[in-house]
Amino acid sequence: MNANSIKITSRNVQVYYGDTHAIKDVNVDIQDKSVTAFIGPSGCGKSTFLRCLNRMNDTIDICQVSGDIQLDGEDIYDKRVDPVQLRAKVGMVFQKPNPFPKSIYDNVAYGPRIHGLAKNKGELDDIVEKSLRRGAIWDEVKDRLDEPGTGLSGGQQQRLCIARAVATEPEVLLMDEPCSALDPIATAQIEELIDELRENYSVIIVTHSMQQAARVSQKTAFFHLGNLVEFGETGEIFTNPRDERTESYITGRIG
Amino acid sequence: MNDEHISSAFDRDLEAIQAEILKMGGLVEEAIMKATVSLETHDSELADEVCNADASIDLLEEQINQEAARVIALRQPAAVDLRVILTVLKIAANLERIGDYAKNMAKRTRVLSQLTQINGATASLRRMAREVERMLRDALNAFIMRDSIMANGVLVRDQDVDQMYNALFREFLTFMMEDPRNITPCIQLHFIAKNIERMGDLVTNIAEQVVYLVTGTLPDDARPKMDLTSMELEVIPQSK
Repeated sequence: MNANSIKITSRNVQVYYGDTHAIKDVNVDIQDKSVTAFIGPSGCGKSTFLRCLNRMNDTIDICQVSGDIQLDGEDIYDKRVDPVQLRAKVGMVFQKPNPFPKSIYDNVAYGPRIHGLAKNKGELDDIVEKSLRRGAIWDEVKDRLDEPGTGLSGGQQQRLCIARAVATEPEVLLMDEPCSALDPIATAQIEELIDELRENYSVIIVTHSMQQAARVSQKTAFFHLGNLVEFGETGEIFTNPRDERTESYITGRIG
Repeated sequence: MNDEHISSAFDRDLEAIQAEILKMGGLVEEAIMKATVSLETHDSELADEVCNADASIDLLEEQINQEAARVIALRQPAAVDLRVILTVLKIAANLERIGDYAKNMAKRTRVLSQLTQINGATASLRRMAREVERMLRDALNAFIMRDSIMANGVLVRDQDVDQMYNALFREFLTFMMEDPRNITPCIQLHFIAKNIERMGDLVTNIAEQVVYLVTGTLPDDARPKMDLTSMELEVIPQSK
């Protein structure tokens, strides 16, 4: 599989919350093994669109999604698709670190257990270690795996959540402002981690920090009032955006 | 697009640094003008003035560089703001070089006032320098007005300057061949002509940068090179 292959395609996607038209006809191709950033002002629909990609919007009663979203060429809204299985493939990390009130070990082991990814304790141990290493937190927690995940610092908790998200071997990782509750050091660690994760996953990150989008992503999508205004190479978007609305937003003008 | 940032301090920073470019541009235009007048009127005092004023041009460049570094560090400019900062840095560097050429012109003026006068040469040099000065003014106006068409016009006009230089080059060569006593003043005059021609090239750098600022891409380098003197060795007659 080459680096330019398309992991997710979205065609004519519309989202309504009741009468509110939150996402208007979004068409986008998300590349595999790369980081795509979604940026835009609050309420522009970037998080809503992100949540369409693993059907998190299914849990909101008044939310209606139409159009076509394909993961590896398969419609994820097909009736035969089990949303729980889908979310194992398309993992998610949230704005606020949300470790389970369990031990560090069980936080990571939870997903592999319910999906039956380990035949025995030894295999589960291996998955936990591998995931914590991928989350760049193994060295900090290896001697206290029995302690509660909630006892870690904010940055460590977020990396634990990333380790938890990768434990089920997802193919896509959705991150909804994963660093907004973190200090600059923890943010840098997460960003470094995101850059490493892109070797194996397609990562999509929603962020309010334009500098973060510029630092971590290869592609950037700018959303405004429910429209996908501009999508392109991150370097191009930040030096020479084509749309005036993108320009106004990224340069901090009233748009 | 709205012109104003949400952060008004950012607007003030960008305006201040662009005002410094205009101030620097004004000093450089003045240096070209005074150097030309001093050449024509053999005014050594005016030539000294040009040489001494160069320090303030250099100082402005340094201030602009520091100011630009500060804006990059504190504001992380993107898109058009980033292009403004990059453009400002390049314009300042080119203006500084143009200032140096004007100073060099003035230095040679002091020497020339002691030598045999060459008829008509200073008038041609004045026309050439005046054109470069006008091009510089237009390039800076294009910068302020974000006018890429005006900037492109400056690029085209550099060909005229190159042609004037070619004509002068041949003229000086003829004078030198006519009478060896003309060699010293003509060499000085030729350096001045070359300096002015180089100023024109630096002005086109500024104009190109303005096109980049406005459009996001540099103009393609399709302009014909009009300074052909580097290929004119065969003009020199063989000694018998």
